[in-house]
Amino acid sequence: MEPILDVKNLTMDFGGIRALDHLSLQIKPGEIVALIGPNGAGKTTFFNCITGIYKPTKGDLLLTPPGKKAKKLNGLKPNKVTEQGLARTFQNIRLFPNMTVLENVMIGRHCRTKSKIFGAIFRDPRTKKEEKAIVEQSLEILKKINLDKMADEYAKNLPYGAQRRLEIARALATEPIILLLDEPAAGMNPQETQELDELITSIRNEGLAILLIEHDMKLVMNISDHIFVVDYGKKIAEGSPEEIVKNPDVIKAYLGEDIKNA
Amino acid sequence: MLSFKDFKNGLMVTLWFVFLTFPLLVIKINPIEKSVVWRWHNMLYVACGTFVFYVLSRLYLARKRVVQQKIKAGIVKDKVDWSAKLFSEPKLYIPLAIAGGLFSLVFPALFSTYQVNIMIIALMYVVLGLGLNIVVGVAGLLDLGYVAFYAVGAYTYALLNMHFGLGFWTVLPIGGLLGTLFGLLLGFPVLRLRGDYLAIVTLGFGEIIRLILENWGDFSEGPSGIANIARPGFFGMDLSLAMSINYMYYLTILMVIFTIFVVNRLQDSRIGRAWFALREDEIACQAMGIDKMKTKLSAFALGATWAGMAGVMFAAKTTFINPASFTFLESAIILCIVVLGGMGSIPGVIVGALVLILLPEYLRAFSDYRMLVFGAVLVIMMIFRPQGIISTVRRTYSLKD
Repeated sequence: MEPILDVKNLTMDFGGIRALDHLSLQIKPGEIVALIGPNGAGKTTFFNCITGIYKPTKGDLLLTPPGKKAKKLNGLKPNKVTEQGLARTFQNIRLFPNMTVLENVMIGRHCRTKSKIFGAIFRDPRTKKEEKAIVEQSLEILKKINLDKMADEYAKNLPYGAQRRLEIARALATEPIILLLDEPAAGMNPQETQELDELITSIRNEGLAILLIEHDMKLVMNISDHIFVVDYGKKIAEGSPEEIVKNPDVIKAYLGEDIKNA
Repeated sequence: MLSFKDFKNGLMVTLWFVFLTFPLLVIKINPIEKSVVWRWHNMLYVACGTFVFYVLSRLYLARKRVVQQKIKAGIVKDKVDWSAKLFSEPKLYIPLAIAGGLFSLVFPALFSTYQVNIMIIALMYVVLGLGLNIVVGVAGLLDLGYVAFYAVGAYTYALLNMHFGLGFWTVLPIGGLLGTLFGLLLGFPVLRLRGDYLAIVTLGFGEIIRLILENWGDFSEGPSGIANIARPGFFGMDLSLAMSINYMYYLTILMVIFTIFVVNRLQDSRIGRAWFALREDEIACQAMGIDKMKTKLSAFALGATWAGMAGVMFAAKTTFINPASFTFLESAIILCIVVLGGMGSIPGVIVGALVLILLPEYLRAFSDYRMLVFGAVLVIMMIFRPQGIISTVRRTYSLKD
């Protein structure tokens, strides 16, 4: 199958430091792809490069939405990348804390709606209809993620696990084709991680491709179809979870040499 | 609840304040008799006042901390703020709004022309505050040069009236549009900046406009200003001075209502949400598909539009303008209105404007200490009520409609 996201030789330099070194990665439709690696390996930099927050030094990003032509994502602004269908969450939660849960999701609908200033002032029927649709669609997404009971709560008042899920809900509201999750399980207890596992799988079953950065190996091994391992900005291995567990380079990167006693 | 350390700190603070106020409040030099009067009793007042205030504030903050810990532990529920409660219950705020509306309608009949004049000024600041609220309160862009757009509006009317004899009603939209244009002009280059950097650039912009008006005599008549600007016309009738002031008052009321209406609708729309999101988290906002440039520009331009229109009204009210009306202090006061009233809250800004403009007028007796009181009030507000007099309430969407 053709990959929907094809990253070719992505390189990112910060001054003299090469954070990403000719990293290539493919995501196929409906796949859960995990990107793992030790701390500081360049995983989040990779996310920032493909979502337009950083401009990569070298390399190509090609997005092929189903049934459409391939499009280059290089050099697009973050909001344009989101419009193309890549939505992300953040490693350190970045919700809009003083807006309600529902409004947070409604922000996600922004790039799929288009009422302007005059629409806002005069509230013509089209704007009203659009506004109503935004609320309904956002509630729908909240229901899916089991946060609809808290829709009117301020985002900052949510428990940690719920905040993480709200970030996913907000990203889903932008109608992505690929969902990028940056350490979604960080700081979660086993129960919450279990729920997250189910949530990610259910999102995948709706046809979305998912790219995941995660340190929770149990979660990664459970749900990933394909795993890429990076260290010092270079890809050191890729393959199915089974292959990765056995890969000596990966074990070395994570645990050092002496694995028998570990 | 208070430890020994708090009292010790209280004594230190008291000592410091006594030292700071010593030259002002204790020593009084009489240059004629060449004598010095030592007003030691003032020192006692300052010491007692400071100490009591310090201990009270400590007590208050300690209690607040305990309550917050309880809320975190889930023992007690977070109490809804009185202002949040007031403005989320239509039963409570609708009568209040009606009463306010009626009072403002009969105001000129009840009070003297002097009072009406002061009220017009306060209401103009309401409009200015609501305009700046879009930029600072809602979109979170710290703008210290807001008065520049106010000047643009005022000079638009003054110059067009002087050279071409254009009337108030023709110029009002032109002033607004020119405000928008200047908002865009300033907006473009400063889009990349935020926080302190943005504040400095906007401050510079405000000063540039004022200096141009002051020095480009051929264009703006320089520091001597422009006089004899026509008052707003009323179907071609000649109005007496008192009548025209009342007329101006009602125009300003209309302007305030119009502003509230538009700003409210803007805040409560797709664009308003984007502004709030921009204030909350710029990176997340962009990652959610919001065009940062467009959003910032629209906030800047719309905020400036209101300043432009308020400027036209100002010129029409005073019939004389010069650059001295558009100093940095003006920007600072409008900013204080927004911050003190409550960032992003429309009722907050209205209350803030009325308090900040009317109180100094009625407290003329203390006019020597105006800036001192002003500063103290701001500091106290930031300690006890950082969200402003009236905090914002986010709209909730009921599942039924």
